[in-house]
Amino acid sequence: MAVYEFIDHKFDVVVVGAGGSGLRAALGCAQAGLRTACVSKVFPTRSHTVAAQGGISASLGNMSQDDWRWHMYDTVKGSDWLGDQDAIEYLCRNAPAAVYELEHWGVPFSRTEDGKIYQRAFGGMTSNYGEAPIQRTCAAADRTGHAMLHTMYGQSLANNTEFFIEYFALDLIMEDGVCRGVTAWKLDDGTLHRFQAQMVILATGGYGRAYFSCTSAHTCTGDGNAMVLRAGLPLQDMEFVQFHPTGIYGAGCLITEGARGEGGYLTNSEGERFMERYAPSVKDLAPRDMVSRAMTIEIREGRGAGPGKDHIFLHLDHLDPKVLAARLPGISESARVFSGVDVTKAPIPVLPTVHYNMGGIPTNFYSEVVTRDGDNPDSVIPGLMAVGEAACVSVHGANRLGSNSLIDLVVFGRSAALRAADILTPGAKQPDLKPAQTEAHLARFDRLRNAKGGTPTAQLRLDMQKAMQEDAAVFRTGESLASGVARLDKIHGQRSDIQVTDRGLIWNTDLVETLEFDNLIGQAAVTVNGALHRTESRGAHAREDYPDRDDENWMKHTLTWFDDTTGKVRMDDRPVHAYTLSNDVAYIPPKARVY
Amino acid sequence: MVELALPKNSRVQKGRHHPAPAGAQKVRTFKVYRYDPEGAENPRWDTYDVDIEACGPMVLDALIYIKNTMDPTLAFRRSCREGVCGSCAMNIGGRNTLACTHGWDEVPGQTCTISPLPHMPVIKDLVPDMTLFYAQYASIEPWLHTKTPEPQGEWLQTPADREKLDGLYECILCACCSTSCPSYWWNGDKYLGPAALLHAYRWLIDSRDEATGERLDDLEDPFKLYRCHTIMNCAQVCPKGLNPAKAIAEVKKMLVDRVV
Repeated sequence: MAVYEFIDHKFDVVVVGAGGSGLRAALGCAQAGLRTACVSKVFPTRSHTVAAQGGISASLGNMSQDDWRWHMYDTVKGSDWLGDQDAIEYLCRNAPAAVYELEHWGVPFSRTEDGKIYQRAFGGMTSNYGEAPIQRTCAAADRTGHAMLHTMYGQSLANNTEFFIEYFALDLIMEDGVCRGVTAWKLDDGTLHRFQAQMVILATGGYGRAYFSCTSAHTCTGDGNAMVLRAGLPLQDMEFVQFHPTGIYGAGCLITEGARGEGGYLTNSEGERFMERYAPSVKDLAPRDMVSRAMTIEIREGRGAGPGKDHIFLHLDHLDPKVLAARLPGISESARVFSGVDVTKAPIPVLPTVHYNMGGIPTNFYSEVVTRDGDNPDSVIPGLMAVGEAACVSVHGANRLGSNSLIDLVVFGRSAALRAADILTPGAKQPDLKPAQTEAHLARFDRLRNAKGGTPTAQLRLDMQKAMQEDAAVFRTGESLASGVARLDKIHGQRSDIQVTDRGLIWNTDLVETLEFDNLIGQAAVTVNGALHRTESRGAHAREDYPDRDDENWMKHTLTWFDDTTGKVRMDDRPVHAYTLSNDVAYIPPKARVY
Repeated sequence: MVELALPKNSRVQKGRHHPAPAGAQKVRTFKVYRYDPEGAENPRWDTYDVDIEACGPMVLDALIYIKNTMDPTLAFRRSCREGVCGSCAMNIGGRNTLACTHGWDEVPGQTCTISPLPHMPVIKDLVPDMTLFYAQYASIEPWLHTKTPEPQGEWLQTPADREKLDGLYECILCACCSTSCPSYWWNGDKYLGPAALLHAYRWLIDSRDEATGERLDDLEDPFKLYRCHTIMNCAQVCPKGLNPAKAIAEVKKMLVDRVV
């Protein structure tokens, strides 16, 4: 093996990832006087938060009366009762303050006539515990994520956050079950770095690129999730993968749910507004899992649109062009570029497309990473936190509501910073790191860098993506999932034959993509194994062989460990938190989820 | 007359040719700038004959096709693939744009030439060093400055005042504009360039911001702002259809307005 030397850094906190949650966490830690580094493989404003469109939910009540308890009820119901209600309470009651904070930092929210933040309707968001759709989603036209991310990056600059940009994180430095830091590879000069910290906060996003067609960016490879798996820790609820109903047919690019929030609707080949049959009360504003299933059924039953009868139409052509220009300019442009459609004249061809991972690194509402340790299902891993899509708090349970992810980013990014400020002492002495702690990191890096097999990374990645797309789709069966398990196991085995062509250390994107593929394959494996294991249908996990929700046996979070050497998956579970944080709101007991 | 040429070690040489796979029916040639910082060779133009029936419609699709099936060593930045993250800005067919939203069939001629954003230090292949560009962006203090105590709720802003931010806040920091600007090429160390100045105006015109005077003081400088000579390349190339030149003109007007 080549000799690699680390360049060492010591901080109080190291945040990995500079999207919405990473920036919010880093900002909060820096403000609390903790010496904070933010390490990211892309420049912060290129993180995938930038692509969030429709908005950020909070019960501001700017459009009509609202209450955070209504928001909480909707989120619990949207989660199909798999969400932890203490965390959901924390999210919803802290949401308004988090949005005002963003506004005070300068986010250019769209405005109401009286100058307040404009809010639009979104799927599953209702008034008075499910009565009727409500406008709760705060929007900056249809570029809310972009507006937030750029504003938060500016705010990080104002607070002198130390950024390490275009550093690819490799692995967690673990010592006796405690996280001591993280290693990373600096792309522009090829050096390797060891970031020691009292606290590592993973804000590395989701792993949409495990699938062939997704709205996620190329960089959404769940690197933090994979680092957690390699550290011998579990991921939670990975079988819950959200398909967004309206990805552009072919390209997969996102068309916001806000399009339906502004009055858009879906039709099948017969021109029928079929959502009226599936969700009579909220229709096109049903939660994403339901709309995606309805669309899939329409296509399966021969009512798909287009020559191949393989997609659905999203109509905006009945809306006032002024509304489209003011509220939906971004998706109007996307529709033109990626499907050649003028939205004022014709419908957009769309298809359910992989969009979001409800599952991730299990945490409590302080954002501390937890695992099951014997009888204790909430055992905290010292020195490690996770926030954003990488984390599974779990506020989204089995299905996330649209616009609940942007609020998740800032509320839990903030909670992580508050907790870190609470439990850490700035500048506290840290134990010396030992070479043995990072030997495996270097061995993996060097092995992949010099991989001389016969199968290019792109080929293995494509095989994995096709397997996931076909076997762990909107609808799953025991048969499809067993096939997925076998296919992914085989692809995992083929890693020994992987071929990397570029041997360099500077901006070697062949190696970056290989490390990312190596990160994805473990997550793909635990996803299909978790899905095969869960013999019920709940939220985004729809088993045709087990069509009903089974609260008696499955009201619990799945935990999955992955043995990277053998490819074997081990499973356990954690109970869903059946209690709230305070007496201000009562536990919402499960009932049938109808809209 | 003075003859200018690139230094010897920067001259771009003829590179390797990668033929199309056997059986390819429709082929388009992509001529791509290559530079390996770890080798001793000069930069070179590699050519790739891409089977365009096997590849998506955008230039980024072609680059990914090349990387996946012809030459995994090609380096370029990319992320969102839908024109919002600004990673894949490069010079395509002589024009700065985003590879992900620019169709290869929009590029005239048989050969599609792709090089890094002009006048930036090249790290590798199509990956330029953006350090200075980012530092200039940071220098305009891209955050809201307020002095009045914060309200409990939001700062109020009328829809008309909010509308003034349209055409400004949408900037994705791709650097297509700045790196297309001859003034920025010559004085990039001192002239802030169209992107940073567009952002400066975005905060100047925000009705909530209370540091207009300080912001204008900072820009009142023969180089930072006044090197804009309204060449307008910025507005020509902006892949988001923004007009940085107009924003710069507005800043100049604000500076004039406050003295008269």
